[in-house]
Amino acid sequence: MTVELAAWLVFGAPLVSFLAIVFGTRPSGQHILSGRLTALAMLVAWFASLYLLTQVLAAPGFELHPISYRWLEVGSLHLEFGFAIDSLTVTMLLVVTTVSFLVQVYSMEYMANENQDKSYSRYYANMSLFTASMLGLVLADNLFQVYFFWELVGLCSYLLVGYWFMRPSAAAAAKKAFLVTRIGDVGFLLALLVLFVHTGTFNIHELFGHEASDALLKSGFLGMTALSWATLGIFMGAAGKSAQFPLHVWLPDAMEGPTPVSALIHAATMVAAGVYLVGRMLPLFHHAPDTMAVVATIGGFTAIFAASMGLVASDIKRVMAYSTISQLGYMMLALGVGAYVAAFFHLLNHAFFKALLFLGAGSVGHYTDTFNMRYMGGLQKVLPITFWMVLIASLSLAGIPPLSGFWSKDEILGAALQASPLLFGMALVTVFLTAFYVIRMLYLTFAGEYRGGAAAERVALAAATVYSGAGAAQAGEGHGHGGHDTHGTGHGNGHGSHEVAILFIPLVVLVVPSVLSGLLNTPMWDGLAKFLTTHTIETTLGEHHLPFDPGLAALSTFVALAGIALAHQVYGAQAISAERLGAMLGGWPYRILQNKYGMDYLYEFLIVKLAFGQGLVAGLALFDKYVVDAVVNGAGSVSRAAGGALRTLQSGQLQGYGMAIVLGVLIITATMMIRS
Amino acid sequence: MVLPFHLTLLLFLPAAGALVLAMLPARDHRLAKQVALFITALDLLLALMLWPAYTQLAAASRFAFEEQYAWIPTLGVGYHLGVDGLSLPLVVLTGLLGFLAVLVSWHIEHRAKLYFSLLLVLQTGVLGVFMSLDFVLFFLFWELELLPMYLLISIWGSPPPVGRREYSAMKFLIYTLFGSAFMLTGLLILGFTTGTFDLVKLSSLPLQAIGVPTTLVFWLIFIAFAVKLPVFPLHTWLPDAHTDAPTAVSVLLAGVLLKMGGYGILRICITLFPDVAYVWAPTLALLAGVSVLYGGLVTLRQRDLKRLIAYSSVSHMGYVLLGVAALGEAALTGAALQMVTHGTITALLFAAVGLIYDKAHTRQIPELQGLMHRMPFIGLAFMIAGLASLGLPGMSGFVAEFLVFTGSFGEFPMYTVMGVLGIVLSAGYILWTAERSFFRALPHRWEHLQDAVAVERIPLVVLMATIFVIGLWPRLVTDVLKLGIAPIAEAVKRLG
Repeated sequence: MTVELAAWLVFGAPLVSFLAIVFGTRPSGQHILSGRLTALAMLVAWFASLYLLTQVLAAPGFELHPISYRWLEVGSLHLEFGFAIDSLTVTMLLVVTTVSFLVQVYSMEYMANENQDKSYSRYYANMSLFTASMLGLVLADNLFQVYFFWELVGLCSYLLVGYWFMRPSAAAAAKKAFLVTRIGDVGFLLALLVLFVHTGTFNIHELFGHEASDALLKSGFLGMTALSWATLGIFMGAAGKSAQFPLHVWLPDAMEGPTPVSALIHAATMVAAGVYLVGRMLPLFHHAPDTMAVVATIGGFTAIFAASMGLVASDIKRVMAYSTISQLGYMMLALGVGAYVAAFFHLLNHAFFKALLFLGAGSVGHYTDTFNMRYMGGLQKVLPITFWMVLIASLSLAGIPPLSGFWSKDEILGAALQASPLLFGMALVTVFLTAFYVIRMLYLTFAGEYRGGAAAERVALAAATVYSGAGAAQAGEGHGHGGHDTHGTGHGNGHGSHEVAILFIPLVVLVVPSVLSGLLNTPMWDGLAKFLTTHTIETTLGEHHLPFDPGLAALSTFVALAGIALAHQVYGAQAISAERLGAMLGGWPYRILQNKYGMDYLYEFLIVKLAFGQGLVAGLALFDKYVVDAVVNGAGSVSRAAGGALRTLQSGQLQGYGMAIVLGVLIITATMMIRS
Repeated sequence: MVLPFHLTLLLFLPAAGALVLAMLPARDHRLAKQVALFITALDLLLALMLWPAYTQLAAASRFAFEEQYAWIPTLGVGYHLGVDGLSLPLVVLTGLLGFLAVLVSWHIEHRAKLYFSLLLVLQTGVLGVFMSLDFVLFFLFWELELLPMYLLISIWGSPPPVGRREYSAMKFLIYTLFGSAFMLTGLLILGFTTGTFDLVKLSSLPLQAIGVPTTLVFWLIFIAFAVKLPVFPLHTWLPDAHTDAPTAVSVLLAGVLLKMGGYGILRICITLFPDVAYVWAPTLALLAGVSVLYGGLVTLRQRDLKRLIAYSSVSHMGYVLLGVAALGEAALTGAALQMVTHGTITALLFAAVGLIYDKAHTRQIPELQGLMHRMPFIGLAFMIAGLASLGLPGMSGFVAEFLVFTGSFGEFPMYTVMGVLGIVLSAGYILWTAERSFFRALPHRWEHLQDAVAVERIPLVVLMATIFVIGLWPRLVTDVLKLGIAPIAEAVKRLG
């Protein structure tokens, strides 16, 4: 097998399964095959990725020769489709294909009730297309191709978040996800244009050359170099995809999609694409210290900002979503301070344990028919395997040694400490918050007594409606998001007490890397760091590996344990009342967190509806109607002509009138020509 | 294979078909439809036959399949037809949409014979514009298109109280005639100063040296095309005409009639007066940027599906002008490609909306909801057209916009930024419309709705396929467009 063939196999297998579903299984009604086909395609892509890994390991500098095809050629513009395969590429390929395969298997059961239905095929078609696009993005050797697939993964996210489009909340969430990320994409697109105008290429490798960076550094506008503008634009796109402040608002809402979708797209892969892009372009960012500072600051701020909202969310998936935003912020922070290896090490670890956590949340929701943790509790007894898997992944997320999350988080903390005490402080507080919210989540979900699931939630919701009218019902709807995935199958009404193998096997597989992937890069053996430091990275960024600091590791572990201890006191031992905690300082901190710092309100109501919709747009629409139209109409001559014609002529004669005008023009033309 | 007098056949076959229809028995609607379908299918075939023939002989000469005869020799007016890389895709598009327009109109029962004759005459008019290489001939075809359009809107359009078809038809007529008057003046000045109306000859003459007031003539002619394209602030006829036109007419209006404006700018304004275009390019780019943003913003406020698409066309045709203003090869090719792709995308949008209106009898977005449950196929078509319209990669609109942006950013960064902001607006109105019309639960009142039947699906399928083919394999079209654009770009480059 050649590298070229393997690359095509990676990208092509999910693409073929997409086409086979769209033109084969879906129209023919063989919906059950759609799931199997997709899983099989992922397996093929996985093996091909593994083959590519062996090739990269054997290659000098861990880089393979790029393969590229001309797609379009106009003037000096050449657009290409190509594969650039190095250690980063194969790492991402393995993450994407592994998680994707497990999610597809999990979905066969999770989405099983849909399988008599076309929508089961629709689900898998979108999943296949998503994976193909994600792999195409990762394999790309040029930024045009990245943008191409960047938009396509966004489309798949839109289609899958809106999978249950009959629900107004899902339809709205899908739209919001697309629009917010597209605002970031404007930056990305403009960055492409800046890069192309100054360097004449989209090829990533060529952009890293001296010629390109010199050209970009030489010119500038509005007080910044073209390079700074371009990198800022790229980061804007990345911030949209990776849900960084202030473009983070779409990700919590995106939990409206089926939970396996959240695990694959909104935890492990697509949201990591922003981090991937910034990391991939880091040799370029490297020349723009101002952009690097922005990346680090936004990342650090997002980490702590999102974690704080995770403290109060009552929906288990939303806790996870805030956690994801926060962890992506960590990775951005790492990239911003130049810790290339640490960022991707964390990306890798996070992909596995967060996918596990989401799938675990899915199993919990599958059983209780709700995602509202207020109506869970006691699930350890009925879902023991799920519980243990989720527990391990949670501790990994919290950064408890020797689990994987500990190692990468520690590296990021070290890099942050070296760069700025402020960034380090934010990162360290985030460790505390993270430990707190995961333990809170574990207690609310698995400990204590079962609080009745969806049935209890419906009762509570109905009671709220009766006692306090429509307002309360709306509030309930806003918070509860009760049955995201509740498909009313009778699966989980609280009495099915056994776990389904196909739902926990993927968890068991994912727990392996959640525990062990940290060992890829430890003080004892830093194989991953060596592997990721390709020839290109070495010559552009230099080797950037900090020595292990036992003091720092002890400090971060201590902070994490403190978070765990506090959460235990509140939710486990119940020595501290959660209500009292919420009522602290007049309840304001709690309310601010509950309302997500008012960001949704600011965007949706103040900016989108009021200023934009009812201000600017409505004004322009009126302007168009009463000014532009009226003036250009020649002060009503059109209305008069039409009105007059209507009054005096019958419709048959009206046609004659139109004919007369045309003939008139023709006659005038003819006479003018003949006369002169 | 190319027949003798191929272009003439292609051009007048629909008009001849209209005469045949006129001789048919008045009551037999079915026969009228079948004849119209046959004629347009044959015409499409004639147009498609040119494609391989052209790509084989391409490099040889600028215009292919030329037919040239003296007509009024004393004035330098001739019957001169020909196609190049720029016009050929538009000719094929016209053939395709003409054919699909007949299918889209399959349910027409009111005065069907007249209706289909007018559609056929319209097709000859549009084809004439794209194939004429003599300015007088061009102008005659330009005017020929008016009459059938006027009648189609005013007789088969939305009647009161829903629509204002007479008003809209008259508005269309007056706006176009307003522009035509300017064009006529411009072409007469041009022709009588130089002694010829032949566009090929004119393009090789040093117009300014001969004494043509080039700036004046450029703008006189440009106004006519700007009305058609349309360019802000000359656009308000378009939403009215679209809203009140029958579906097939909307399809043709958005699909090919607007392109006559863009084509005219490229074929006449830029080709004959590259120096004037070069000087005034910043103004054109400003108009383009304003059209994109203004059109996009006003679109956000529309509640009627057809008005929404009409305003979005104002925005999207702004990209054509932006590409034209940038004057480079990539940008001009992008502009030309945008005409072709917008033609297919908007045609699909109107076809889908037309079906919705036929079934639900309303186009008001607030009244629609959950249509995807009952009309998955129409919904799919609308979504694909909408996603293509918002510039999603893999579909045709993206390639065109990307070419325009890369070409124009170096020349006019600010106006290009305005253009790029347009992609957020288009995502906004498309997704907002999709959410409100197609998603959410199905209300009771729409439970009776039926999805598209076979004959209704054909146009949707053909247009969807076109969108994907061009989106995934754009070279198919750009390699042909390039051959027509290269000489224009070359002429501009010589100035710079």
